[in-house]
Amino acid sequence: MSIGHTLLGLLESGPRHGYDLKRAFDEKFGHDRPLHYGQVYSTMSRLLKNGLVEVDGIEAGGGPERKRYAITEAGITDVERWLATPEKPEPYLQSTLYTKVVLALLTHRDAADILDGQRSEHLRSMRILTDRKRKGDLADQLICDHALFHLEADLRWLELTAARLDKLREAVAR
Amino acid sequence: MTAPAGSLLVARDLRKAYGPTTALDGAEFSIHPGEVVAVMGPSGSGKSTLLHCLAGIVTPDSGSITYDGREVTAMSDAERSALRRSAFGFVFQFGQLVPELTCVENVALPLRLSGSSRKEAERTALAWMERLEVDDLRKKRPGEVSGGQGQRVAVARSLVTNPRVVFADEPTGALDSFNGERVMELLTDAARSANTAVVLVTHEARVAAYSDREIVVRDGRSRDMERVV
Repeated sequence: MSIGHTLLGLLESGPRHGYDLKRAFDEKFGHDRPLHYGQVYSTMSRLLKNGLVEVDGIEAGGGPERKRYAITEAGITDVERWLATPEKPEPYLQSTLYTKVVLALLTHRDAADILDGQRSEHLRSMRILTDRKRKGDLADQLICDHALFHLEADLRWLELTAARLDKLREAVAR
Repeated sequence: MTAPAGSLLVARDLRKAYGPTTALDGAEFSIHPGEVVAVMGPSGSGKSTLLHCLAGIVTPDSGSITYDGREVTAMSDAERSALRRSAFGFVFQFGQLVPELTCVENVALPLRLSGSSRKEAERTALAWMERLEVDDLRKKRPGEVSGGQGQRVAVARSLVTNPRVVFADEPTGALDSFNGERVMELLTDAARSANTAVVLVTHEARVAAYSDREIVVRDGRSRDMERVV
């Protein structure tokens, strides 16, 4: 999962201090893996260097943790591009997809669009595997079937999430 | 939407309501000869209504459906029935074979209804049953064959008239994944080699993976993923 894009997405709703960003990240996406402060500040300095965020204000007497960051136009475009690009279908994608969906809802983008794009990308991979299976021997068939079942599991999660988008929208807005 | 050149069946801005419930709300569709298009979407999204409209079974409240350049919504009931008999084939989830007839009689039925002699109809039927690997069941009745075999008999029947379009509504919905995939493989192989288009309604990704592209229906509106991505 891209921590940089996630932090950028969180900044879209308004400027925040590094500490607030960490807290928002942990609350929405951290679950059993909270961010370290070091990760937040190294990520923010990279984003700053790349012009995706800017310093909105510095509190007096502050060290680096007192900086308040705001997303730039280039930052918004970067989040937009990341959300719109389907992930390469591979097992255990859920955390990245989940993050994209929640961020889309938080930033009032169309989360269903992201899920549709991802379904399409998965099906593209599944078509290639299905074709290989049709033309291959038994060993090919078994190898392709294994990959197909994993992709199918992702898609079942995706359909279930699509069906629960309204509830998720309410939950993230709290 | 501008339909791609060479489309066989095109629907534009289809709307259909059942009482207060909107089933289709501006759905679009197009398919080429020999193309397999999966129609996906959650339950109640309108995908079966879309298929029924495309097949001329249900008349939309508004919008246009053209088959081979002819406006289907402007046809009389008799003309639409004739079109369904001559140009379309159908496969459903279950309950489509006539239990009193043998499997070969079931497959031959559409040809018999179009006036072919019994001998000629059953000869053609048997050729399709061989193709679908169920010719050994010709004398059995539907009650005596397995679900997977019965569905292959149904696929043979859908193709026996050499239709230009086969409409398949959850054709593997009642089968286990092994039999379901075998049905899909045989259906799509046979359809592609005969240049028959297949409109495949399914909610299963592994079944949709046998298509060339998919459209997604949500809240009665369709989205053609190939032309979006």
